[in-house]
Amino acid sequence: MARLPRPVRRGRAEAVTGRPSTTGKEKEEGLLAYGFAQRALLGGVMIAAVCSLLSFFVVVRRMAFVGMGISHAAFGGVALGLVLGLDPLITAGGFCVLVAMGIGWLGEKGRVHEDTVIGILFAAAMALGVVLVRAARAYNLDLMSYLFGSILALRWADILVMGLVALLSLAFLALFFKELLFIAFDRETAIASGLPVRSVDYAFLIFLALVVVISIKLVGIILVSALLVIPAATGMQLSRNFRGVLVAAEVAGITSVAVGLYLSYLFDVASGACIVLVLFFLFLLSYALSPRRQYMQRRLEG
Amino acid sequence: MKRCRVREFLTAGGEEPRRVIQVRGLWVRRDGHTVLEDITFDVREGSFLGIIGPNGAGKTTLLRAILGLVKPDRGEIRVLGLGPRELKHELHHIGYMPQQVLFDPRFPVSVYDVVMMGRACCIGPLRLPSRADREAVLQSIADVGLQGLERKPIGELSGGQQKRAFLARALCLETSILILDEPTAGLDLDSQARFMDLLARLKEEKKLTVVFVSHDVNVLARFADEIVCINRSMHLHGPPREVLGSERLREAYRCEFDFLAGAGYGAPSGQV
Repeated sequence: MARLPRPVRRGRAEAVTGRPSTTGKEKEEGLLAYGFAQRALLGGVMIAAVCSLLSFFVVVRRMAFVGMGISHAAFGGVALGLVLGLDPLITAGGFCVLVAMGIGWLGEKGRVHEDTVIGILFAAAMALGVVLVRAARAYNLDLMSYLFGSILALRWADILVMGLVALLSLAFLALFFKELLFIAFDRETAIASGLPVRSVDYAFLIFLALVVVISIKLVGIILVSALLVIPAATGMQLSRNFRGVLVAAEVAGITSVAVGLYLSYLFDVASGACIVLVLFFLFLLSYALSPRRQYMQRRLEG
Repeated sequence: MKRCRVREFLTAGGEEPRRVIQVRGLWVRRDGHTVLEDITFDVREGSFLGIIGPNGAGKTTLLRAILGLVKPDRGEIRVLGLGPRELKHELHHIGYMPQQVLFDPRFPVSVYDVVMMGRACCIGPLRLPSRADREAVLQSIADVGLQGLERKPIGELSGGQQKRAFLARALCLETSILILDEPTAGLDLDSQARFMDLLARLKEEKKLTVVFVSHDVNVLARFADEIVCINRSMHLHGPPREVLGSERLREAYRCEFDFLAGAGYGAPSGQV
């Protein structure tokens, strides 16, 4: 497998799509002949698989804003990494986990509402990011790739990290699925029945933060929250049981990554945005076709 | 080992009937003010204890203390002969139905899935439900008369059916104590009556001890063996006829208790 060297200098279009430029001749040879395309697809599918499962809990626990808060807070972490010369994804990882724990801790104390906590922390983290970036004059194209994603510039090392995080998160979600489901449905009784609700909650927030960080490469900081909401929202339109919802969410998530990547290659536009638009289209489609909604309507009409 | 301790307690000789819940001089303080003050009472095995008291009297806190979710500042609670630390591992003997399960009506789970949640703590993490778990769940659903509705989404059930599903969830373990926090609140009279009849039948069949918080004097008068009236401190403890007819119940509520007359108790001039 040919390993593309990381581009040293990149053009404008490249910075947005994050993809090395190709000549017309190469384009005809089929997308998957390129190492970068294989890596993009592999990484994208792994991320879609774990995000779609995670999105189920984000949606049923109404944590959409939590996902958004954590992902935007990653901007502060990325800026810190750029300024300090460390790998921005490592600093972003630490930063997101801290913010997630902060959200959990302050929310748990009940002194401040959870959505208020998120509103405060994510604005503060982004502001910190802006200050750091300006101070270090690091407002460059690299930063843009974190804001909008750079899936086509993945290295095998990135794939390895993504795979590891995705695997650990999937394992956590699968092994603690019934506990997570019980907590999401009825927290009070879950606590009373002796489940370790606090530990499961914190673990969930930590995995949410880690998945957000690996997803930044795919769609960028600004669009990560879409992956954490739309797949399950689509599934919820199609099924009244979580098993069906999960299957539909996985199908929607993985399809959107594959189709979105192909469309971005075809029309030479940003891949992250393409993926999110495909996902949005799938949601609209599911909403229009929703057997669940039609069923509810029939019930209302008698 | 641990499971044996409860069984030992339940099968040991000695005084009959056993006191499955013992509350001794319980004080609970929260955020600097006293919620419960010197509460002492026992619940005998197989009895139906009603807890009554005005809003904010600490009834729910008392239930949570019995479940070991609230730490007493003073006093002692023993459930099935166990202190709170040991009880943590024996919660599958206690079925709990909270005041109101605030769930999203679109939450994509079926009746079967909801009742299976009751066994989550018993199955343990990292494991899938076994055949015994599935059978217990189906049996519990049948016990509350919801057979045929196993696959129905919980949000599409009527209010009374939902309450019965939550009762099934509380009963699908090795339940010997059932703790209910205003289970009939929000139900119409017909559903209330059916729920109470079901509860009374299951209590006999499964030899349950029931602790039941309610504002409904009529219900307590009819079903409770004993009533505890609390308003931060304990005002009364005794059989319904004594408690509900007492002047001190009015004191506890600090208001007139007109509807008591309807229960046949406490009618001012002895008309029943």
